[in-house]
Amino acid sequence: MSEPKPRKLKINILRYDPHVVGDEPHIDTFEIEEAPGMTLFIVLNDIREHHDASLKFDFVCRAGICGSCGMLINGKPGLACSTLTSKLPEEINLAPLPFFELIGDLSVYNGKWMRGMNERLETWIHHKEKELRSINRIEEPMDPDLAEEIYELDRCIECGCCVAGCGTIQMNENFVGAVGLNKIARYKLDPRDERTDADYYELIGDENGVFGCMTLLGCEDVCPKKLPLQSKIAYLRRQMVKTGLNENVTKCNCLQHEEKMPEH
Amino acid sequence: MSKLHHSRVPAYLDFTQSLTGLLLALFIVGHIIFEGSILLGPDAMEKMTLFFEGYYLFGERHPIIVTFLAIVISILFVVHAALAVRKIPSTWQQYRTFRNHMRRFGHEDTSLWMVQVVTGFAMFFLGSVHIYMMMVNPEKIGPYLSAQRVVEGWMWPLYLVLLFCVVLHAFIGLYRLALKWGWFEGKNYRRSRKIMKRIMRAAIAVYILIGLASLGTYVSIGLNLENTPVEKAER
Repeated sequence: MSEPKPRKLKINILRYDPHVVGDEPHIDTFEIEEAPGMTLFIVLNDIREHHDASLKFDFVCRAGICGSCGMLINGKPGLACSTLTSKLPEEINLAPLPFFELIGDLSVYNGKWMRGMNERLETWIHHKEKELRSINRIEEPMDPDLAEEIYELDRCIECGCCVAGCGTIQMNENFVGAVGLNKIARYKLDPRDERTDADYYELIGDENGVFGCMTLLGCEDVCPKKLPLQSKIAYLRRQMVKTGLNENVTKCNCLQHEEKMPEH
Repeated sequence: MSKLHHSRVPAYLDFTQSLTGLLLALFIVGHIIFEGSILLGPDAMEKMTLFFEGYYLFGERHPIIVTFLAIVISILFVVHAALAVRKIPSTWQQYRTFRNHMRRFGHEDTSLWMVQVVTGFAMFFLGSVHIYMMMVNPEKIGPYLSAQRVVEGWMWPLYLVLLFCVVLHAFIGLYRLALKWGWFEGKNYRRSRKIMKRIMRAAIAVYILIGLASLGTYVSIGLNLENTPVEKAER
């Protein structure tokens, strides 16, 4: 009995480097023999080693925790390093994640967008009084279940798959995306963060924030870390409607806030 | 307490769009069943008509009640349309971007939203005609009068298209509402979503069948009207 013959994979890669004068978007096709347990990470390295050394793509951890290798795999956003070729048909189309700045071929500058998003949503612990204390102080204890819940949301690797799978952001580029909303949900859970619901409303209480989300759930279905995005966005929507409609939350009348434009 | 600098309006808009959508969808859930009473025979439909005209409450018919209901529905309809239109792609560029994303992605819930856009847009016109006719001619609802309107009044093509639009829009809308606000999440919200999607599909199938069967019945009554007294029995 002979081993079943390995499949010949046909890898079509959308290639374009905006930094090379005269380069135009085109598809390059490579044929690779499939090996057991092969991931797209292995495929791309094989192509770079044996077929075309000029192919650009990003990798760091090859274990699904750095968030560098997000790309469109047969049209769907996913991490190349945690995608087994055995789960895919023989013909595999690879393209860079849309929406982010293209560096070249499959490499995008998602870090730049993520940084902008993090600055805009102020995704850090706001803790005015204690900020000035000594760095050597012992942290206050936290309920293990709560710590677990925060950790669950903290697993986000900012790979950008949710952004690439988001239909809303296609039509409104100022939308914060599931990655941003998930971060707000994370800080809202954290007792060390002193921000109130009204403070969060300032950040996501408009159509660039949680009210812009059209619940298409592309984010939920492509997230490689299986974060509870659908559930957390629904939670934020309830909380932000409550805050927005709560008459006890005093509305500031200063005019300069009325026409404030979102910052990019 | 810290002050709110942002406008409260987005919260109101989001909430109101969902609320009006929910009320309209629930109305449709009832509407198609009530109208389907014709499947139990003209007498059942006649009784349903009398019920909505308040006959069993006041002892006489008051079609104005139907007009009043139609006014309430049309207000919800207009408010919901006005709020939903914010989400519809407004330029060709936006439409093309979204369509390309949808085709490339091949993701069911993303495509379902496009169904909402298309059916919602169609209902701007189809729904308006239907609601206005019911508002101004409430006394012309009944097993034979409705059948006459469907056949001789050439309403059946409009009702046929409207049926598909409204059933799809209402049940996809209810499914999306539940996900949007996190209703019925249960212990495992991913499992709940799968169940809700199955319910949505089943409800769409059942309601389209009921709708088609009752429309067919009105057509068949309408085609055989010659020997039947069309006017409502005087009560």
